[in-house]
Amino acid sequence: MFKRKAKAEAKAEERAEEKKGWFQRLKSGLSRSTNTISTGIGDIFTKRKLDATSLEELEDLLITSDLGVGTAARVLKVLSSQRFEKEVDPEEVRRALAGEIRDILAPVAKPLEISPANKPHVILMVGVNGTGKTTTIGKMARQLKDQGKSVMLAAGDTFRAAAIEQLQIWGERVGVPVVAGKVGGDASGLAWDAMDRAMGEGMDVLLIDTAGRLQNRSELMDELAKVIRVIRKKDASAPHDTILVLDATTGQNALNQTEVFGKIAEITGIIMTKLDGSARGGILVACAEKFGIPVHAVGVGEAVEDLHSFDPAAFANALVGLEDIEGAE
Amino acid sequence: MFESLSDRLSGVFDKLTRRGALSEADVDAALKEVRLALLEADVALGVVKDFVADMRKRAIGHEVLKSVTPGQQVVKIVGDALTEMLGGESELLSIVGAPPAAVLLVGLQGSGKTTTAAKIAKRLTERENKRCLMASLDIRRPAAQEQLRVLGEQAGIPTLPIVAGETPVAIANRAMAAARLQGADIVFLDTAGRMHVDAGMMAEVVAVRDAVQPVETLLVADSLTGQDAVNVAREFDRQLGITGVVLTRMDGDGRGGAALSMRAVTGKPIKLIGTGEKLDALEDFHPARISSRILGMGDVVSLVEKAAETIEQEDAEKMAKKMARGEFDLDDLRTQLKQMKKMGGMKGLMSMLPGMGKIQKQVAEANLSEDMFKHQDAIISSMTPGERKNARILNASRKKRVAAGSGTSVQEINKLLKMHQQMAKMMKRVSKMGARGMMPGPDSMPPGFENFMPRR
Repeated sequence: MFKRKAKAEAKAEERAEEKKGWFQRLKSGLSRSTNTISTGIGDIFTKRKLDATSLEELEDLLITSDLGVGTAARVLKVLSSQRFEKEVDPEEVRRALAGEIRDILAPVAKPLEISPANKPHVILMVGVNGTGKTTTIGKMARQLKDQGKSVMLAAGDTFRAAAIEQLQIWGERVGVPVVAGKVGGDASGLAWDAMDRAMGEGMDVLLIDTAGRLQNRSELMDELAKVIRVIRKKDASAPHDTILVLDATTGQNALNQTEVFGKIAEITGIIMTKLDGSARGGILVACAEKFGIPVHAVGVGEAVEDLHSFDPAAFANALVGLEDIEGAE
Repeated sequence: MFESLSDRLSGVFDKLTRRGALSEADVDAALKEVRLALLEADVALGVVKDFVADMRKRAIGHEVLKSVTPGQQVVKIVGDALTEMLGGESELLSIVGAPPAAVLLVGLQGSGKTTTAAKIAKRLTERENKRCLMASLDIRRPAAQEQLRVLGEQAGIPTLPIVAGETPVAIANRAMAAARLQGADIVFLDTAGRMHVDAGMMAEVVAVRDAVQPVETLLVADSLTGQDAVNVAREFDRQLGITGVVLTRMDGDGRGGAALSMRAVTGKPIKLIGTGEKLDALEDFHPARISSRILGMGDVVSLVEKAAETIEQEDAEKMAKKMARGEFDLDDLRTQLKQMKKMGGMKGLMSMLPGMGKIQKQVAEANLSEDMFKHQDAIISSMTPGERKNARILNASRKKRVAAGSGTSVQEINKLLKMHQQMAKMMKRVSKMGARGMMPGPDSMPPGFENFMPRR
């Protein structure tokens, strides 16, 4: 998922030979809704014109992918302005639809960049409960370490039972140090200690975990704002990245999450997890359209190698059920 | 929890209530809004379509057109249909058969299975005197078993000792054996999160089910789930045969359409809802209450129950007597504010009051939360007992003193006094009219609160 081509990628490619490539995995995961959508498109457009009825049916298909009513309508408006009332075949519609979605996503596809100027480069992970923050940190730590970077983890989820242990196990697996405090301890105090240690030991990257919190719980959001203030006392430019972890199964509430976490934690990027289920993560298209916050990576499974750079063309193609999903134009 | 849906629908029905007669076009316009609202609330598209079609059938025709207030009639039709769709009556867990009975918790990753297991076990232990045992079959996620052990410790529920390297089926069998030995009534089996499209993982949980023959197989699902809710619920039910659903994160601001979707595609009841991170934040699911809340008709029953839990009986009696005499001083106001705070603050309270959907947004925007209570408490604390008994003696110089003492301003004191006056007036009215006069109309707020709203 990181910009620099490294050994890890070559390794991952080898692994992909034995296992399944991530595109295959993404695709097999996506196949469910993809099937729905593409069969749907086939049904709609075989021997038919792109008229108002078929557009409405297309809209329905996009809505079932969680694009949301507004985004789906806008995508189709563009589509219909080009092709309305003309003879079209399903393949053509699919390409056009994928093209529209890709165009929305392309500007936000930005890999995470670790700047060597930052010592350490501080990454804060935030999000609601159960989206996969800790697991994502574990995967990121491994990939960064494979790139030859020194990485430290901070177990900032002091609330949930065994969250600290969970991160410590990831630390052991990956072979990176973990700064941990007491259960029920002060998260901002832990962040301070972690900054202290990471700076003292000259780490390249510090990944800070936080407790999951619903964005409408203002006292918990205040606590998060405090964590950030404390980090800034140590390094005014930190956190250099604040990443919102979004669950692909989440519906329209993801927009609220992005808005509120954006406002309070000034998120700089998004990672979407759990794309290996039947959820399409179409809400990412709505988020991209509304907020334009960079999308760094997608999670397609529980294994370390299941965190990948975000490829908007592949994502869009898979969403509408195009076969050659690797063949980004 | 369903604010936005209730916002939108109350907007639709505001229009309807203002009309005398209801044409087919009116119904169509309303249904278009209903469709959009439900979709924005993440209700699955297929479910929305069925619902809207059903509504049209019920709404258009003489039943509505002949009725005296067509708008109200439509509101009732929508409400009834939603309630029906959500399952009508609330259904509780059914733990039957010879102990130990197994309760299996399944669901996607991160849906809240482990926390839910501990919450249900705690509830059954405390309320029904059941002896519970919990075991984690999650051998995948790091420290998942440890998580359940810690929660068990916090809730005072025994957990099965962790043995490394066991398969989920082996753990489940050991848990049942241990329960028999210890004489436990119920065994909670917390499973690893899994995707319903992952055949291997689904086979694993089917094997566990076959081994323990659970009396309840609960799908734990995130109430923030989008359109995929239908796939998740349908597949878990098809492959495993669920007996009910537990919806988590109902304390979020998600619109909760997943509740409708899951119920509609599986026909299985939503049995419980998770409403917070604390281990007692678990509530029964009441379809009628939820649907009336969706419609902005308020959740008065929940409010009353919550009030009964939080308000001390004696305080309430004292207050009732004073109210009956038409007395309501600033000390009483403070007691009221404190109780409101206990009941979940302004936002929690308003989500349960009728017609509050719209103001709730304003409240959120005005950030009226805990700070306001604190300031008001400080103001009243800075008054002399005499001033609290009789607010009329507060002249300009006394107000200045109180402002300085409480770190607030004279304006804030005036606002508080105005609110007090209005509440006192209302109390008098209520004591005269009985409780029926208390329900505010759809556009009104509790008296006095408009002083704290941002000016439009």
